[in-house]
Amino acid sequence: MTRYSAMFERLAQEKAGAFVPFVTLGDPTPELSAKVLRALIRGGADALELGIPFSDPAADGPTIQLASQRALQAGVTPDDCWDLIAGVRAESPDLPIGLLVYANLVVSPGLDSFYARAAEAGVDSVLIADVPTLEIAPFAAAAERHGVAPVLIAPTNLSDERLEVVASVGQGYTYVVTRKGVTGADDSVCFEHASLLAKLEQAGAPPPIFGFGISKPEHVRAALASGAAGTISGSAVVRHIQEATSDAALLEALEAFVASMKAATALS
Amino acid sequence: MRQDGRFGEFGGTFVAEILVPALEQLEGAFLDAQEDPAFQEELGALLRDYAGRPTPLYRCRNLCSETPARIYLKREDLLHGGAHKTNQVLGQGLLAKRIGKTRLIAETGAGQHGVATALTGALLGFETLIYMGAKDVARQQLNVFRMQLMGATVVPVEAGSASLKDAINEALRDWAGSYEETHYMLGTVAGPHPFPLMVREFQRVIGTEARAQILLAEGRLPDAVLACVGGGSNAIGIFSDFVPDAEVKLIGVEPAGRGLHTNEHGATLLKGRPGILHGSQTFALQDSHGQIQESHSVSAGLDYPGVGPEHAHLQATGRATYVGCTDTQALDAFQELSRAEGIIPALESAHAVHEAIRLARATKEETVLLVNLSGRGDKDMVQVQELLSS
Repeated sequence: MTRYSAMFERLAQEKAGAFVPFVTLGDPTPELSAKVLRALIRGGADALELGIPFSDPAADGPTIQLASQRALQAGVTPDDCWDLIAGVRAESPDLPIGLLVYANLVVSPGLDSFYARAAEAGVDSVLIADVPTLEIAPFAAAAERHGVAPVLIAPTNLSDERLEVVASVGQGYTYVVTRKGVTGADDSVCFEHASLLAKLEQAGAPPPIFGFGISKPEHVRAALASGAAGTISGSAVVRHIQEATSDAALLEALEAFVASMKAATALS
Repeated sequence: MRQDGRFGEFGGTFVAEILVPALEQLEGAFLDAQEDPAFQEELGALLRDYAGRPTPLYRCRNLCSETPARIYLKREDLLHGGAHKTNQVLGQGLLAKRIGKTRLIAETGAGQHGVATALTGALLGFETLIYMGAKDVARQQLNVFRMQLMGATVVPVEAGSASLKDAINEALRDWAGSYEETHYMLGTVAGPHPFPLMVREFQRVIGTEARAQILLAEGRLPDAVLACVGGGSNAIGIFSDFVPDAEVKLIGVEPAGRGLHTNEHGATLLKGRPGILHGSQTFALQDSHGQIQESHSVSAGLDYPGVGPEHAHLQATGRATYVGCTDTQALDAFQELSRAEGIIPALESAHAVHEAIRLARATKEETVLLVNLSGRGDKDMVQVQELLSS
């Protein structure tokens, strides 16, 4: 059993959805980032979604762009990121850990080197923001060779043909994007994707986790009520790092934020 | 998608899944339009009556007249808008109309593609928004004003390095949220499929005309065709009809900036390595981890750390050769052509002129060189004046 399926099984027993915070590794520095990851786990994260900082994050809004910039300015390299992940893995052997990266960071070392390194650090899944279903084959094959789950994105404009690819190639979970645009925290969210979820389920896709825009406990409740197995929150988490006045205050705020979002995952 | 958008191992469609339907729609509209006589007629009429095609092929009277070489200039600098960019924005503009878009977005570096997009927006009635690196906005005020005069909104991009690559990122972000009503008017033969194919086909007219013109003038094909390469659209435009002519050398000139031995250049094919940037598998200037690096060139139009995937393929197969030209060499060629012929080239095009002059002076045999004079130098006056007085 994979860590993701174990997590979904546990959540089913607890009658709850998953809450998955996202942060960029090494933001703002490798040292503080290690503490940030622990705070997220203390707050009750069911899994972590982690980014490797990239110079050109074209699928991200301003908040996560700045996270990449802060980390790169602090000199963070992929090796630092692998070390941070390995640190989490050592302390949390059952926690699912997903990576959300850009394609050039995967092809630069070579596909097999990248996925081997990910597996070694303890990564469960890899989602590549700029590799759509059309181009996924060699990446998914390399991921499988190293026992890493390829995660695919399902936006609401996904054609039936490409939905089949999401269902057959995707593992771990399906990253459902419920609105247009790039990452960012929204004030209000609207979930109108009943047909997408039904088709994903019918095609046998991994459980749907919703991302993009989720920033408040009521978004979590609305997402779960509309059929999500969980939610990912990125910009709303990262914004705490951007606005931090002190390390201690930051870690306290992050833990409290995750706890408030996790509390909203109880299914009534 | 009806095609895979590959040039050998390069190209492809590396974008967020949400953009795939928009690219598929664009590919379909483009492929259909290629077969549609009504579309071709409308585009042909605009190229002729609005843009001023065909452009002349001019044999230099004085430049390198002491050598056994004859240098011909394909005068894209005389095209409406001041550069070859106008060829392809008209094509994309008509396509955007066909698929019912009401808004254009584009990236621009020096502002030439922004100007071309703005004129298309004015001509065909689109709301037009141009993303431009904040640094470029500051150093290309004249082009910003030109775009605004034609009704476009110019948005300075502060993110990342605040230059062309960041303007492309910002346009992609906009498009991910606006694709239903918006066409992304990408300015070169880079980006995801179908842009490299589509922009090539809309720029192919340069080489089609030039090949017929030089056969008429010389009774034979040229020994070499030269063009500058940033993203590579003017080079692909003039190369494409010569690709089957194996005896014709195709030479792309990359910006060597302050020298290929420094980190301050934009010579992506000469000094970069394969990667994935802005939707395409291609060469990119990057560090050992895969972070994209900032490029440098005296000419903002060549200042880009990526390159069109077909150029990566033409280099890999050996069909085209790529060389460098430094800032200083380009400035010298800029002045030499101005003095010899009374033609002030764009700083971009001056890179290709430099290589032609070098080859002319190196040869002992009769040689025919065809240079794509891709743009005129009006936009560079203030910058060159400052450079020459410092």
